[in-house]
Amino acid sequence: MPVNADAVGRSYGPFEPYEVTRVKIREFADAVDAYSGAHRDVAVAQAEGYEDLVAPTTFAVIIAQKSEFHVVTDPEVGVDFSMVVHGEERFTHVRPLVAGDVIYTTVHIDSIKQRAGISMVTTRAELTDVDGAPVSTVTSTLAVREVA
Amino acid sequence: MTESTSPSFAGLEVGQVVAEREAIITRDTLVRYAGASGDFNPIHYNDVIAEEVGLPGVIAHGMLTMGVGASVVEEWAGAGNVSDYQVRFTRPIPVPNPGEAVVAISAKIGALDEERRTARVDLTVEFDGAKVLGKAQAVVDCE
Repeated sequence: MPVNADAVGRSYGPFEPYEVTRVKIREFADAVDAYSGAHRDVAVAQAEGYEDLVAPTTFAVIIAQKSEFHVVTDPEVGVDFSMVVHGEERFTHVRPLVAGDVIYTTVHIDSIKQRAGISMVTTRAELTDVDGAPVSTVTSTLAVREVA
Repeated sequence: MTESTSPSFAGLEVGQVVAEREAIITRDTLVRYAGASGDFNPIHYNDVIAEEVGLPGVIAHGMLTMGVGASVVEEWAGAGNVSDYQVRFTRPIPVPNPGEAVVAISAKIGALDEERRTARVDLTVEFDGAKVLGKAQAVVDCE
């Protein structure tokens, strides 16, 4: 079954908020070889002007992918996850995430383009803080191959 | 807020290489990234499933490659100073077992915006002599 192009414009969330922790920032920094002390040592982060440990540039993918899960598992969108390849990703940060942040996320299906047996599904996750102030936008494009 | 670590805009030149690194990716690296990111797609640890969906075997998470690319930019830019970062995933990186995949990453200044005092950093990320990311660009806030 092909992806349903009529799903463009659907939104999901906000979901249970994601709490950014020191432990997860350190773990993620290790996983992507981000060596800065500001990811690991609170004193270093504070000396650089942050309230707490600062997250690496792509840390927001953890939060965004949790929200995108609701899109790819929505039967009315019709994504076969075993046929998914990641096409594009973009992060636009109003400010960096720091430990202690509590982040709410809403995800939107911005476009679905179909050609030659492949559907390109573009989602946009909007991350905001507890006061509703924007923190980051994460845009992701998945290439979904149709099963022959 | 991050004055102490953001790079100085003055003196930057388009074409200047600001950071380079060779990243070594092994199956251990993939397991570590899966746990840290929560991305447990089996094509990143299970050869049988990877081959069933038409891949040559286990491949690296595109987001791992993107994340390591960001770390190379941050090494020059300082933590928290990349305000925009985008990539296209153009080619998978197969990760052998046993063995390793060696990824060459180079970051150079692609454009400068005097008014905003930002530098666009263009990343070249290559595996086995071929580019694995397209249009890999990071915008860095400078002083």
